[in-house]
Amino acid sequence: MMTTLSGTGSLIRLILRRDRIRIPVWILAIAATVVSSVASFPGIYADADDRQARAALMNNPATVALSGPGHGLDNYTFGAMTANELGGFTAVAFALMSILLVVRHTRAEEESGRAELIRAAVVGRHAAMTATLTVGLGTNLLLGGILALGLVSSPAQLGLAGSLLFAASMTAVGVVFTGMAAVTAQLMEHSRAATGLAAALLGLAFALRAAGDIGTGTLSWLSPIGWAQATRAYVDGRWWPLLPALGLTVVLVITAYVLRTRRDEGAGLVRAGLGRAEASGWLAGPIALAFRLQRGVLIGWMVAFVLFGLFIGSMADQAAAFVAENEMARRYFSRLGGSAAATETLLATYMSLMAMVGTGYALQATLLLRSEEASGRLEPLLGGAPLSRLRWASSHLVATLAGSVLVLGGAGLGAGVVYAGTTGEVVDAAAVLAGALTHLPALWVLAGFAVTLFGLAPAAIGLVWAALAGVVFLGMFGPLLQLPEWVSDLSPFAHTPQLPGAEFTAGPIIVLVALATALVLAGLTGFRRRDVR
Amino acid sequence: MTTAITVSGLEKHYGRTRALDGLDLSVRTGEVHGFLGPNGAGKTTTIRILLGLLRADAGTARLLDGDPWRDATSLHRRLAYVPGDVTLWPTLSGGEVIDLLGRLRGGIDPQRRAELLDRFDLDPRKRARTYSKGNRQKVGLVAALASDVELLVLDEPTSGLDPLMEETFRECIGEERRNGRTVLLSSHILAEVEALCDRVTIVRDGRTVESGTLAELRHLTRTSISAELSTAPTGLGELSGVHDLETDGTHVRCEVDTTALDGVLRHLSAAGVRNLTSQPPTLEELFLRHYEQDRSPSSGVRTGA
Ligand SMILES: Nc1ncnc2c1ncn2[C@@H]1O[C@H](COP(=O)(O)OP(=O)(O)OP(=O)(O)O)[C@@H](O)[C@H]1O
Ligand SMILES: [Mg+2]
Repeated sequence: MMTTLSGTGSLIRLILRRDRIRIPVWILAIAATVVSSVASFPGIYADADDRQARAALMNNPATVALSGPGHGLDNYTFGAMTANELGGFTAVAFALMSILLVVRHTRAEEESGRAELIRAAVVGRHAAMTATLTVGLGTNLLLGGILALGLVSSPAQLGLAGSLLFAASMTAVGVVFTGMAAVTAQLMEHSRAATGLAAALLGLAFALRAAGDIGTGTLSWLSPIGWAQATRAYVDGRWWPLLPALGLTVVLVITAYVLRTRRDEGAGLVRAGLGRAEASGWLAGPIALAFRLQRGVLIGWMVAFVLFGLFIGSMADQAAAFVAENEMARRYFSRLGGSAAATETLLATYMSLMAMVGTGYALQATLLLRSEEASGRLEPLLGGAPLSRLRWASSHLVATLAGSVLVLGGAGLGAGVVYAGTTGEVVDAAAVLAGALTHLPALWVLAGFAVTLFGLAPAAIGLVWAALAGVVFLGMFGPLLQLPEWVSDLSPFAHTPQLPGAEFTAGPIIVLVALATALVLAGLTGFRRRDVR
Repeated sequence: MTTAITVSGLEKHYGRTRALDGLDLSVRTGEVHGFLGPNGAGKTTTIRILLGLLRADAGTARLLDGDPWRDATSLHRRLAYVPGDVTLWPTLSGGEVIDLLGRLRGGIDPQRRAELLDRFDLDPRKRARTYSKGNRQKVGLVAALASDVELLVLDEPTSGLDPLMEETFRECIGEERRNGRTVLLSSHILAEVEALCDRVTIVRDGRTVESGTLAELRHLTRTSISAELSTAPTGLGELSGVHDLETDGTHVRCEVDTTALDGVLRHLSAAGVRNLTSQPPTLEELFLRHYEQDRSPSSGVRTGA
């Protein structure tokens, strides 16, 4: 066993050296976002009445499905507010950080061939994974520690015990997904697929707790995020729900090691067979190539979004039941139109969230422009074939445009069909589909920003992910933090109508489409003028 | 049109790195032109400018009577390119890549494609990820050679090919030349250059140091002479064009500029030659002299600015 681990120490140092900026940025970004949000609570919700008013608002199916089960709503302290409203998304942030970190240093290294260079040195078979898991665990613990410290010392003056429990529960989610990504990195041959599968499992964890929280609560116990929220930090805290997280992590890590032992360097679980001797007739131009290259990504996103849509549609039913049972929610929705309004709000809220998450697809697809260029695969196309830069780049954009319609449309259709099944009104399906598609222009603005960076500052193209994170943050926490309108308005998603339920207005849609077009044109113009590098 | 490529005074900077510093290159239509120089000399950079992938900072470049940057797309209809490290889409098979690149140029002759696959012994069904280095290179070569174009731009196209395939490559280039195609061939394999190229250009540090036919280049170099004479020679050292002279009684060794050969031989025969061996410069020596940094090309002709 020891020989399979030799070199782990040096690899840990190598990972820390390569991530010496990335890891601190993740830690600081997550901790600072959470702590500064909490720090603004005393200013916004100065007395208990304000907090209880907020609690009343949180007690409807849409918000429960988005944030958490609502422990401590009857005495909505700053701590309860933190755990209930910030907990779910903080857990997702911990998990994303962990997934990306693990895949980056395991499968991505193997895929690039760099791992081979390292394995040829005196480095054992399990050294890379052990080093990665060590750094992953350390990063999560460090982030948890900083978070706890920050929460205790923030102006909201959260208690030490609650803060420790809250930070530990977030860390637990991060650690579970460290193990999860270690497994998906063994299964998938491509790093993109490994990240995608782990992210889909994260989505599943979020969906299970959402369904559980507006339903009977059973499903939440199948989700690591549900376990974290079940600790009831700051309310009547309990540590034992973190035990299943610990157990699952151990199982996942052992699985990852077993899989690693059984497979070849560079191989996945499934070995790709021979390909076609000749290209099929349709693979004839740049658009076909663009579709072919993002085929896997697009299919993955579509399947995930259709499933998610079906799931949300089926939650609509539970939302009605939730309102019927819940005194405060019933009073809130009676003015708006009873449980029908409650389900519409839930659907609209979720369509908006899905559109933001779905922007991840559009960015991935747009960033293909850059990875094609950086890998050198663009060279024979632009250098040796009569293909202009404009035609090549716009082919990818056409594929991305179509793909974004398919991804959001899939979610809208999935949710709409199930919802229409419960109401018996076919038009409801169309209404939900429209609710998903109205967010497309906002998604295109972010994709357009990616094109702008690609044309003008290709080295900085990763900034679009920060922009997306900012947009999600504004969308999720703008109302909680009562941010000034102009700040919330920075997000393109603040301008798209929330359908079904709200009034449709064409104005903002037109403006967003124009903005997206301008961003794309700026990027394409820049790309036509710069070196291919 | 008698020149396919004309480059003069080309400059390119990458930040503070000066990759090209006034490079000149002239490739005549219908010739196979060798493009040589040590690592980092600027060959790939020049080729990428010629393909319109990079924009030159200064100087002029003309390719098939067009502007490589402005007319890139229409020019590329008439040329094919093989990079030194062919990177392919990992999930596409070799056959798909060849067809795709061919179709972008408006179609591919299936018979020619099949013939090339056979000659290069390449299995088109394998996914690009699973090709060996040499086989990846073959995909690029087949795609380029299968296309009906006027100009082939090849940047170290044979890196990773086994000797048998290297031979096949030479045959193919020979055929291309007979068909009247122009070839710009950057290579570090001197035997390949000697076998294929009509003219060569040698660059160093982003500048052209020599250009001409191999015979012309040979002419600019030195022949080693070793002679056993009847009497000890006098005045040999004073002759211009004689280098590294060593005399040991009646035995003489020296390096002689090819241009000075006649005079030196006269001088030697005056002293009575008993035995004489002369060695023409090998291609290696010829190039190494130009590649080495510290030796200035004093005996060479500097072309260009
Ligand atoms: N993208 C880049 N950024 C910075 N410097 C570069 C870049 N590309 C090339 N260079 C530098 O430009 C110079 C010329 O490089 P180039 O690739 O043209 O050399 P080359 O003659 O093709 O060498 P080789 O024989 O090794 O292929 C080198 O000093 C190289 O380091
Ligand atoms: Mg090169």
